[in-house]
Amino acid sequence: MSAVAIAPPPRTYVANGASIWSWLLTEDHKRIAILYVITITLMFFIGGIAATVMRVELLTPEGDLVSSSAYNKLFTVHGVIMVWFFLIPSIPNTLGNFLIPIMIGARDLAFPKLNLASWYIYLFGAAFTLWAVLNGGVDTGWTFYTPYSTQSSTTHVVSTTLGIFILGFSSILTGLNFIVTIHTMRAPGMTWGRLPLFVWSHYATSIILVLATPVLAITLLLVAIERVLRVGIFDPELGGDPLLYQHMFWFYSHPAVYIMILPGMGVVSELIAAFAHKRVFGYSFVAASSIAIAVLGFLVWGHHMFTAGMSVHAALIFSLLSYLVAIPSAIKVFNWTATLYGASITFDTPLLYALGFIGLFVIGGLTGLFLAALAVDVHVQDTYFVVAHFHYIMVGGMVTAYMGGLHYWWPKMTGRMYPELWGKLAALTIFLGFNLTFFPQYIVGYLGMPRRYHVYPPEYQVLNVLSTAGASILAVGYLLPLIYLLWSLRWGKEAGPNPWGAPGLEWQTSSPPPPHNFETTPIVREPPYMYPDRRVVGDPSAHRPQMRDGSHGG
Amino acid sequence: MAARARSVPAEQYDDLEQQHRASTFGMWVFLVTEIMLFGGMFTAYASYRFLYPEGFAEGSRHMDLVIGGVNTGVLIVSSLTVALAIHAAQTGHRRALLGFLGATIVLGLLFMNLKAVEYWHHWQDSLVPGLRFSFEGPLAHQVQLFFLFYFIMTGIHAVHLTIGVSVVAILLILAWRGHFTPESHAPIEVTGLYWHFVDIVWIFLLPLLYLNGLG
Amino acid sequence: MASTGIGVRAYIVTAAVLLVLTGLTIGLAFAPLGPWNTVVALGIAATKGLLIALVFMHLRSGTATTRLTAAAGLFWLAILLAGTLDDVMTRGWLPVPGK
Repeated sequence: MSAVAIAPPPRTYVANGASIWSWLLTEDHKRIAILYVITITLMFFIGGIAATVMRVELLTPEGDLVSSSAYNKLFTVHGVIMVWFFLIPSIPNTLGNFLIPIMIGARDLAFPKLNLASWYIYLFGAAFTLWAVLNGGVDTGWTFYTPYSTQSSTTHVVSTTLGIFILGFSSILTGLNFIVTIHTMRAPGMTWGRLPLFVWSHYATSIILVLATPVLAITLLLVAIERVLRVGIFDPELGGDPLLYQHMFWFYSHPAVYIMILPGMGVVSELIAAFAHKRVFGYSFVAASSIAIAVLGFLVWGHHMFTAGMSVHAALIFSLLSYLVAIPSAIKVFNWTATLYGASITFDTPLLYALGFIGLFVIGGLTGLFLAALAVDVHVQDTYFVVAHFHYIMVGGMVTAYMGGLHYWWPKMTGRMYPELWGKLAALTIFLGFNLTFFPQYIVGYLGMPRRYHVYPPEYQVLNVLSTAGASILAVGYLLPLIYLLWSLRWGKEAGPNPWGAPGLEWQTSSPPPPHNFETTPIVREPPYMYPDRRVVGDPSAHRPQMRDGSHGG
Repeated sequence: MAARARSVPAEQYDDLEQQHRASTFGMWVFLVTEIMLFGGMFTAYASYRFLYPEGFAEGSRHMDLVIGGVNTGVLIVSSLTVALAIHAAQTGHRRALLGFLGATIVLGLLFMNLKAVEYWHHWQDSLVPGLRFSFEGPLAHQVQLFFLFYFIMTGIHAVHLTIGVSVVAILLILAWRGHFTPESHAPIEVTGLYWHFVDIVWIFLLPLLYLNGLG
Repeated sequence: MASTGIGVRAYIVTAAVLLVLTGLTIGLAFAPLGPWNTVVALGIAATKGLLIALVFMHLRSGTATTRLTAAAGLFWLAILLAGTLDDVMTRGWLPVPGK
């Protein structure tokens, strides 16, 4: 018995230091996750404001709210911020950062300092981009197609591309950190076959992050060099090939959409299991599908260039491969559905988001097949059909999954429950508002309305008005959680370690978790999603992992 | 004292072995990102070389093969000194370690110097696109494209080499202070991997940029 | 830290071989091989790269994971090259107007 009294360690990561510096210089992956939540929320609303102005402009066929060059800047800002400063980092850097070490039974990521550096690099990149936005904007579209971006545009192309270039390093380091962590830091007994599907999908995402992002970096660097030095890498007058730019850009940007959706799919797997109270049907197929999506996703980038002058030979190959990449996504959807079949389902807010994801992702994904058909693509390329397609997947899919995951793990991250009724109300509002916003866009696009135009023929007005009406409902739907989630931090019901009764290592530790995640390192002895078999009468605690000290966790 | 401090793994690791595995694997993953970064440049270069074979061959004929060849040899020898430095760290030979790290730095700086001379000659010959370029004849645009890629690819390579030399210099200082032991010298191994990668990139730049159109 | 089992001698021999191959590739560049010049030069470069990877970077005694990682990097580069060059090299192959 020591005569020296040692103060007990702080119980949660939130209480572990209250100064601003303890947050800004933290190496704790959970705190870094919270820092990211704050910053990407801010960027989401900035991107959303741009979209709001666009939708208000599109209420009328004339260009009466903003000039055409201002409109060009709006859709560019919307795209750049939403893709790179919201969607790409969203689930990985928030939920991924928070949960991956806990889910594998580790104390932190492999490289905590690198993790903090990633956040600062993100901020640095965001600063450049926001500077450009506030100082006259960029009007090239988020795709920066040459030769307009390199030769003609008079806007802040260099600073914006520089901002994205910097942001790319944040992405690369995040992916690197996750890959090394998942390979080397799993707790005893946590084999690859026992990893939660959330971890599998982030592993697949990380593979894409490290392989694709460097190509974006070099591509944007070439654009910047061309602008600054006034030389013609992609300039047709000097023998340059604008299509070469598109190859390099889309080699990153197509896999990037899988960076954006795979983490969402990982969340959905967890939510379906939790609210069906059942292990995920076809676990190994779902895990393998994540990897398949990551690999196949790299083989299809040419489908963005069907109408740009690519050789027909290449177009045929890219079209065929684009059909293939739909298969693993379909496998996941079938497995989620099979998990729900015959299950005793609780319709809490996170599940509403998961169900919304499945429906909306399927619609968006199926329209991808329309676009992969060469002949159809010639008709709908660069129309609102494409816009609707990717918003169904990115917003109807990814953002919905993010909201679902945020709600599901909110008690774990904050120790508080969100108000369930408001949660359901917001989920429903988002679903209705989303569909009203984007379904008319499929129609108006198919009827021929091009994207990136703020003026359109009067016969398209009704559909545009419907879309804008939907957008206003959607905006309310996104504002509601902002309000009640913040409210819950102070007045929400205190959550215990496992409010959902779910298996999984994150629920075996306190809410919020202690600084090093577990009091003692867990030892894993059984497969994931070990819900008590309804047909077996027995001790429910028999299915919880055993800790090193023999207990079954807190 | 410094040596003993190194034998405790960082908080998130269970033991030094896990830390070593993580840092080595981490460097390999990073090198994969570098393969893709340079790979993008190689792809663009390959596309244009396919489209403009004569212009690119003509451009290569204006390269200084002597400097290119010597620089290749310099980098190969520097890879050797890095490998020998790691070996010295593994076997606890401090003086050899310091010597080989120092030799690596010297060779790296020699490469940079020769490169600077080479760039200077190109400047004098007006072969620097965007800054000072003039070339007669119908192949002018193609040659300009070639030199754009030459400067971008060797320039980014040089940036990587500079970073490498700086890191090795830091390792030299740490080794001087007795920071490394046979049980714990992962930073040297990991830096070695990076250095070898930069060497490999140059090994491909040599034939692509210097050895075209000479036959 | 595990010794890689690669001795000083192996390093020196490898470096010597690399220097010889460098001389060879420079010499062969002057031979009139037509399109084969490029193939030969890249082949020699690949050999040199492989030697550095196997010996200096210890891939010869590395784990399956590290080898798979290195291979994956090369494989993905091949995808980028193949897809882009497929377009560049086959423009005008199929008789579709404008392409």
